[in-house]
Amino acid sequence: MKEKMKGFLNKKSGAVIACMALVFLALSVVSLFAGGPDASGTATGTASDVSSAVAGKPTLDELANTVGHNKVAINFVWTLMAGFLVMFMQPGFAMVETGLTRAKNVAHTMGMNFLIYPLGMLGFYACGFALMFGGIGALGTMGGYAGLNHEFTINLFGKSFGLFGLNGFFLQGTSYDVAVFTLFLFQMVFMDTTATIPTGALAERWKFLSFCIYGIFVGTIIYPIFGNWVWGGGWLAMLGQNFKLGHGHVDFAGSSVVHLTGGVLALIGAWIVGPRIGKFNKDGSANPIPGHNIPMAVVGTFILAFGWFGFNAGSTLAGTDLRIGIVAVNTMLASATGAMAATLWMWLVRTKKPDPSMMCNGMLAGLVAITAPCAFVNSISACIIGLISGVLVVESVYFVEGKLKLDDPVGAISVHGVNGAFGCLALGLFADGSYGDGWNGVAGTVKGLFYGDASQFFAQCIGVLSNIVYVGIISFLVFKLIEVLFGHRPEPEAEIYGLDIPEMGVAGYSGIKLDRHSETPIAK
Amino acid sequence: MKKIEAIIRPAKLDLVCETLDKIGYPGMMITEIEGHGKQKGLVQQWRGKEYKVGLLPKTKIEVVVRDQDLDKTVKAIREAAFTGEMGDGKIFVSTIEDAIRIRTGEQGNIAV
Repeated sequence: MKEKMKGFLNKKSGAVIACMALVFLALSVVSLFAGGPDASGTATGTASDVSSAVAGKPTLDELANTVGHNKVAINFVWTLMAGFLVMFMQPGFAMVETGLTRAKNVAHTMGMNFLIYPLGMLGFYACGFALMFGGIGALGTMGGYAGLNHEFTINLFGKSFGLFGLNGFFLQGTSYDVAVFTLFLFQMVFMDTTATIPTGALAERWKFLSFCIYGIFVGTIIYPIFGNWVWGGGWLAMLGQNFKLGHGHVDFAGSSVVHLTGGVLALIGAWIVGPRIGKFNKDGSANPIPGHNIPMAVVGTFILAFGWFGFNAGSTLAGTDLRIGIVAVNTMLASATGAMAATLWMWLVRTKKPDPSMMCNGMLAGLVAITAPCAFVNSISACIIGLISGVLVVESVYFVEGKLKLDDPVGAISVHGVNGAFGCLALGLFADGSYGDGWNGVAGTVKGLFYGDASQFFAQCIGVLSNIVYVGIISFLVFKLIEVLFGHRPEPEAEIYGLDIPEMGVAGYSGIKLDRHSETPIAK
Repeated sequence: MKKIEAIIRPAKLDLVCETLDKIGYPGMMITEIEGHGKQKGLVQQWRGKEYKVGLLPKTKIEVVVRDQDLDKTVKAIREAAFTGEMGDGKIFVSTIEDAIRIRTGEQGNIAV
């Protein structure tokens, strides 16, 4: 035996193995004394992790403090993670828009979708967030800090009408608070969702400079004002308290605040900027201008659907509000029925082919429409809302192009405008009273017309109408201003050649032969 | 020397190349083109609007051969590219004045 051991240790491999065994033994002995590794996880996290005067022996008060802190912490983590998901919708929009437009403009289309993120964010940081949330008061789910307490109001009909906030510019002073910062991030990515919607409707014929000017306005003023009215404690939210109209205009995650605003901006923009060269013939009939990359559009749509989980479920601003599961499922179901409805409508009724770009628009329409009611409806209603939105988006694409004679390359007006409005009205119909007790300061849960509260539907109508009027007017002014100062359209030669090199200085697909659909149709 | 320009279906390219290789002409020039003869285009649609794409993708093979190899090369290409459906393509023959191998400077039939 001894000879065998000596023979084993004399070999190089034997010596190495023996050394390793010794080291392992030594470490095991050490760790035994140091409290041992916890592979199952059951021993990690104990009373010693609760802050207490006496280590490992917290008092009831100390325990209560930690419980409260942890509850708020869960809400912070939830809100932030959801916000990160919504930020990821930016590449989703970029891919959908670029896929549905031509190869000769990709650097420009992508450029707009890229730059809108910082442009919108910085405008919102400097000014927009303060206008929108400066007067929101206590941040209930995130610790109750009430430093955002300055709302500008006017008195009408004996009631206080909140119009905009005045606290939080550049997140300085009393807004340098952890809850405020978390709220800012979450709300900023919502604003950037609105901001990027018109870039789709105006793709392929918008001067990059004019887009940039628009980008400054949308985050600083256009989006935040209406946002204040609904989410910042402004007058639309107060319609319930002030005039007994349901719970005021209710919009859980932004069918009106985000999508209808974006859709109206897209509508006014498309109207003022005009159609692409070659889109419409003299007799008013439209020419198809096929997009160059369906795979991009489909992947982009999935990215958006994924990010929407953050968009809708995150709008509880609380991981401890366990309605989040229902919110997420409602969102998912509406996206599915929206996609199915649009697909079947194209396949069986309209063109007899399941058009991929419309399939994608259908899913997005469902998501837009469920955004307002997602927390307040049951799953069947969510399915129905998605189903209706799928048909609505297809028909409105035909309407916008055929009757309004507006050029909307990606269907932004139909997806976000039409279905944003529908989503708000759907809340006023389908809200089933299972959630929302105390919403906007009104006791009781949120109910729609079908569940006994007609006034809620009325409040929704007022919300939708005021959005269309306000956004319509202010976007008209902004687009007209830009038209007068800078003009919107590039030179016709640049538009026909492709905007990449004239506007952006670089060909997006440098070195790759462009497909023939990059050509501009000859308008007859 | 003769130049053979063969417009064929893109799917037939591999077979034609193999055939040319077998009969002693491994070198050729390939261009991707669009075109059509009697074959009609395709109807596509984009978001509800129909449009016709009149041009179809084809492949053009150009190969320069010695005069004595012309007939057998044309025959080989035609057999390889044949399907019997409209859209099989066409073969054109033209006369080449001279050929020079860049590496060695050889001229004439040797260079082909």
